[in-house]
Amino acid sequence: MELIVALAIGVLTGSGIWLLMRPRSYQVIIGLCLLAYGVNLFIFGMGRPRVGAPPVMPKGGFVDPTAYADPLPQALVLTAIVISFATTALFLVVLMASRGATGTDHVDGKDREQ
Amino acid sequence: MNTTVIVSPEHLLILPLLIPLFAGALMLFYDDRRRWLKLGMGVVSVLLLLLVSILLVDQAKGEAATRIYLLGNWPMPMGIMLVLDRLSAMMVLLAAMLALPALIYTAAGWQGKGQHYHSLFQFVLVGLNGAFLTGDLFNLFVFFEVMLAASYGLMLHGSGPERIKAGLHYIAINLAASLLFLIGVAMIYGVAGTLNMAQLSRIGGQTEAEFQPLLLAGLSLMGVAFLVKAAVWPLCFWLPRTYAAASPPAAAIMAIMSKVGVYAVLRVTMLNFAPESGPFAGFGGPLLVICGIATMMFGLVGVLAARGLAMKAGHIALISSGTVISIIGFALIGGGEQMLAGALYYLVGSTLGVSALFLLAEALEREPEPEDEAETDDEGSEIADPLSLYWGPMGLGAVDDDDEPATTLPASVVAMGASFVILVAVLSGLPPFTGFIGKVAMITGMLREVQMAGGFYSPLVWVFIFTVFLSGFAVLMSLMRFGIARFWTSQGDGMRMLALESGPVSLLVLMLIGMTVLAQPAMRYTQATAAALMSPPAYAQAVLSTEPTPVEIARPEGEPAPEPSAPPEDEAITVEDDPEAIGETATGFSGDLPRGPADLVPGSEEALQ
Repeated sequence: MELIVALAIGVLTGSGIWLLMRPRSYQVIIGLCLLAYGVNLFIFGMGRPRVGAPPVMPKGGFVDPTAYADPLPQALVLTAIVISFATTALFLVVLMASRGATGTDHVDGKDREQ
Repeated sequence: MNTTVIVSPEHLLILPLLIPLFAGALMLFYDDRRRWLKLGMGVVSVLLLLLVSILLVDQAKGEAATRIYLLGNWPMPMGIMLVLDRLSAMMVLLAAMLALPALIYTAAGWQGKGQHYHSLFQFVLVGLNGAFLTGDLFNLFVFFEVMLAASYGLMLHGSGPERIKAGLHYIAINLAASLLFLIGVAMIYGVAGTLNMAQLSRIGGQTEAEFQPLLLAGLSLMGVAFLVKAAVWPLCFWLPRTYAAASPPAAAIMAIMSKVGVYAVLRVTMLNFAPESGPFAGFGGPLLVICGIATMMFGLVGVLAARGLAMKAGHIALISSGTVISIIGFALIGGGEQMLAGALYYLVGSTLGVSALFLLAEALEREPEPEDEAETDDEGSEIADPLSLYWGPMGLGAVDDDDEPATTLPASVVAMGASFVILVAVLSGLPPFTGFIGKVAMITGMLREVQMAGGFYSPLVWVFIFTVFLSGFAVLMSLMRFGIARFWTSQGDGMRMLALESGPVSLLVLMLIGMTVLAQPAMRYTQATAAALMSPPAYAQAVLSTEPTPVEIARPEGEPAPEPSAPPEDEAITVEDDPEAIGETATGFSGDLPRGPADLVPGSEEALQ
C-alpha cells in the first residue's frame, strides 16, 4: 500500500513538473493540477494515516490519543484542495484571456518560430 | 450566553483582519459604477487600519511585548492564534502606510479601468495583515493564498495584452511556489507533529537525529517558496516585469508583497535557526547571504539596463529584498543585532520608496499629449481591437470610465520633481535619508561583529559591503540619468501630473522624511525587534504560556454545554501574557507541553521517542 501511494505521488508530481515546463499554457495548467494532486496526496500521507482508527474522540474524559487517527492532515488537505482548485480556476480564466489577447496559447504570448 | 467584553482592547489584534475583510465584502454589494462610494469606504477602512496599526505598534513597544489572540479560545497548542510582536506590528503598520497613498492614487482615473478593484485591494490587505500576524505555518499559507489570489486580480486590473502575459507567468510561478510551500508544511507536520511556529521552534531541535534531515528538508522547501515570493535570485525573474506591467496603484501595494516573503524568511529562520539556539543554529545562513548578494547584483545590472522607470523600480525592489535577505543570512551566522536592526529600518524605508517610485513611473513616462486624449486614448484602441472581445470572461474593461480628468496644478509638478529627487536619495542611500541611515547601521553593525563571527565569513562580509555601495551607486546613476532626461531636457512643458497623482507620492515622501526625522525612536524600535528576533525561546515561551480565557457561560438549566464551535464573538476572549502563569497551568494541554507533541499527535510518537 505504501509503495502504491508513494509511486502515485511520484508519478503525479513528476508528470506535473514535466508538463509545467512545457510551452503551451494548457499543458501548464494540467501540470499544475497534477502537481496539486500529488501534493495533496503527500500531505495526506505525511499525517501517518491508519486503518480503522476513528479520528474524533468521544466527549468527556481524557482518552488515549494514540488509539485515534490524526484528523488534522485531513483538514489541511481539504483546505489545500479548495485553495488549489480555486487558484487553478482563476489561472484558467487568465489563460483564456491570454489566448484571446495574443492569439496563441504559447505561455510567452508568441510562438518561438514567429 | 453572556456577551461580556466584546469590545475590549484585546480584540484590537483581530481588527487588522476584520476591517478590510468587511469593507471588501460590503463593497461587493454595490455596483462598480458607484466607485466613488467604494473609494470612500476603502479610504475609511485604510484610515481605520492605520489607526489600529499605530495602536498595535504602541502595544508592541511595551515590556510584555508579545501578545496573543486565541481564535475561538482554544487551549494553546490545539487552536490557531494571532501573535503580535514588534516585527509583526511594524509590518502591519507598513502595509497600512503603503495602502493609503495607493488607494488615493486610484482616484486619478484608475478605478474605472476594471471591476472590483476596491474589493480586491481590501482583500490583499486581509492577506497581508494575516500573514504578518499569524503564528501558525498553515495559516501563513492560507493568508499567502488570500493575498496572492487578490493580487492576481489587482495585477490584471486595467487588462491589456502586456498585463495578461505578465499575469500568466506571475500566477503560474506563484501557484508552483505555493505547492512547494505545502510540501514543506506537510513534511514539517509529519516530523514535528505541530505547525505552531512557537512550538516548532521549541521542539524542532529535539527531533530524533534520524528525522532531523526530514525536518530540515521541510523547512528548506518552505524557505524556497518564501524566497520565490521575496524574489531572490535565481527565483526573481518574474518580479520586475510583473510589477512594471501592473497598473501603478496595484504595483504600489504589491511592492510590499515581495517583503512578505522576506518577512516569512526572517520569522521562520530566526525562530528555528537563530544563533546559539540548538542543533540547527545557523542553518542556511551562508546560502541566504550568497543568494542575497546575487540578487543585489542582478538588481543593479537590471536597474542600469532597464529603460522604463517602472522596470527600474522593480529592479530596485530586488536590490532591497536581496540586501535584507543577505542580512538575515549574516544574522543567522552570528552577525549581531545592530545589523539586523539597520536592515529592518532599511526595509521599511526602501519599501516606501519603491512604492512611491511605482506611483511616479506612469506619470513621468506619459508622453506629452493633447489635453483631451491623455486619459482615454488606450481605451479607445482597446475597444477598436476585435481581440478585446475575448477578454470578456474576466469582465475587464467592461466598466465605462467617465471620470472627469482631475485638475493639474503647477505646484504638483514641482512637488513631483522634489519627490523624485528625495526618492533617488532614499533609494540610492544618500544622506540624510532613510536608505543612508539603514545602510550605515547595517555596515557598522557588521564590521563590529566581523571579528566575532570568525575569519571564515569575513570575505562574504566585504563582498556584501562592496555590493551595497555598488548597488547604491548604480541606482543613483540610473535614476539620475532618467531624471535629467525627463526634467531638464524634456521638450516644452510636456509634464502633466494630476493633483491626485502627485498627492499620494508626496504623502509617501513625507512618511520617508518623517522616518528620517524620527530615526532615533525608529531605530530603537527596530533594535528591540532585532533583539527579540535573536532570542526565539522568549517568543516561544510567551506564545506557549498563553492560556485561554476562562469563560463563564450562564446556561439555563438542563441545556447541554455549548459546542466548541460556538461563535467566538459570543465568548469573552482575553489574553494573558502573565509571566507568572508559566508552568502552573490548571487545565488542558498547556501543562503537558514540555513533553513534546507526541501526546498531541498520535503516531508521531515513533518519531520522537
